[in-house]
Amino acid sequence: MKVLLVAEYREGKLLGNINELLGFAGTLAAEAAVFLVGKKESLPKFTGKLYLADVEKYREYNPDGHKALLLQAVEKEQPDLIVFSHSSYGWDLAPRLAFTLKTCQISEVVAVEGESFVVPACNAKLRRQVKSLSPKTVLTLQVGAFQASETGGEPTVIDIDAEAAPRISFSGYEAAAKGGVDLTKASVIVSAGRGIGKPENIAMIAGLAAALKGEYGASRPVVDAEWVEHNRQVGTTGQSVAPKLYVACGISGAIQHLAGMKKSEFIVAINTDRDAPIGEVADVLVVADLKQFVPVLTEKLKAL
Amino acid sequence: MKILVCIKQVPDMESKFRIAADGRWYDQGDLVFRMNEYDEYAVEQAVRLKEQVGGADLTVLSIGSERVKETMKKALAMGCDRGVHVADDTVAGKDPMTIAGIIAEYAKAQNFSCIFTGMQSQDRGSGQVGVLLAEMLGLPAVTTIVDFTYDGSLFSVKRELEGGTRAKVAVQSPAVFTCQLGLNTPRYPTLPNIMKAKKKELGSIPVDQLQKTAILQETERLYFPEKKSGGLILEGDAADLADRLIGILKEKTAVLA
Repeated sequence: MKVLLVAEYREGKLLGNINELLGFAGTLAAEAAVFLVGKKESLPKFTGKLYLADVEKYREYNPDGHKALLLQAVEKEQPDLIVFSHSSYGWDLAPRLAFTLKTCQISEVVAVEGESFVVPACNAKLRRQVKSLSPKTVLTLQVGAFQASETGGEPTVIDIDAEAAPRISFSGYEAAAKGGVDLTKASVIVSAGRGIGKPENIAMIAGLAAALKGEYGASRPVVDAEWVEHNRQVGTTGQSVAPKLYVACGISGAIQHLAGMKKSEFIVAINTDRDAPIGEVADVLVVADLKQFVPVLTEKLKAL
Repeated sequence: MKILVCIKQVPDMESKFRIAADGRWYDQGDLVFRMNEYDEYAVEQAVRLKEQVGGADLTVLSIGSERVKETMKKALAMGCDRGVHVADDTVAGKDPMTIAGIIAEYAKAQNFSCIFTGMQSQDRGSGQVGVLLAEMLGLPAVTTIVDFTYDGSLFSVKRELEGGTRAKVAVQSPAVFTCQLGLNTPRYPTLPNIMKAKKKELGSIPVDQLQKTAILQETERLYFPEKKSGGLILEGDAADLADRLIGILKEKTAVLA
């Protein structure tokens, strides 16, 4: 089997997620080639063909141009699978390619099951096993689902070029709002999810965090509702954390949140829903109404 | 300006899901259905664009059984002008390419200047339909937008990237945008607008008239994932739970030392 892996380059750097794609190719024992719009000075470490286009010419975000380049690599390589990360780059580019190749795309793959692929469904409460019916298949892989490869090596570079007038103009990046809270340094994090119900309950979460000598964080819906500032958001679009103890209060466990906290050493989830996907990563799931449970727990911790 | 917003009706994700008898999808009984969360942002942005430009015409489209009309009525009450319901009782088995193809077949002769979709659905989560639709119509697509402005000729948007970084992007009309959570604050329909929505056009088109392609992928199985092995589930009254949890934290972690 041949796979073409799509590496990413952002803000002048090769992103590390290519190593997960290489790890995925390794689990399939597939012959892997890599596609990259990047720089010669910063290449993925593997042994095989690397189709390289210059990022100075094609920019970091230019879906029309990158699609045209990728089609060239596919034409030359004739892979069975074209594999992206399920990232802001991957989910943007993959369907464009799938359309042009008239190929099935399976998004956010978390596991391989024989000839089929497993993806999450219903906010990760369920799993769906999917089979491709087209000769080639485009995949995006959930970030963190596959072990990164550390085999190393030097690729053989094949330069590619393509003509495509970009219809989308990209004028640079805007950094995330930075604040004083660096959650990555906290040894205990207590996070609030949608289940806290109202902004007044943030104080209760902050109180539990203080009793555990930690920081409080939040999941995306709580930040979107402006109950907590963005610099406390845990997850793919916030901070990725791995504290000694992570307490998830009223957090259902969307993939984007899990990706940002599942490496925590010990995870406690407090949730009324036994089936909430947070249960998949929790060492302890406390099935309780957090509005009753958290104040009691906080008082008992203070009394220790 | 003609605007299209595409929405999907999904179960409330807090629902207790059961696997359907064929093992391939969830049982549709006993579920509360609502508008896909991402699509609420898409509808809101479409209504805001309509209000900004004046004289615009905003169509909301959805594919599904008769039941999805309830969700479409919410979009009409939020400010869409008309609804196009693609009647399809077997929509759950269709893949993103087929769904996008159905929408493209409807939209191709309509000359929409701007099309909004959610970036993904909450139940299937493929995140493909908006981009595929754009490709089929030959339009540029910008995904995962968290900021949208229109100056009369150019759409200026921001894409959300990992870590909260945003990419600043501009594109000419016509274009397709897929909307991320937090793009705006979706409005609640007011009672007068709910009443007005009842009089708005909401016609159905049989899916056979619009579907031209065969599916490219098949769901073999839908199932509940395994819980973390060794994960403990605690239930009981609050004081007892707190004592047990503190005992576990003392034993398994060093944070209470």
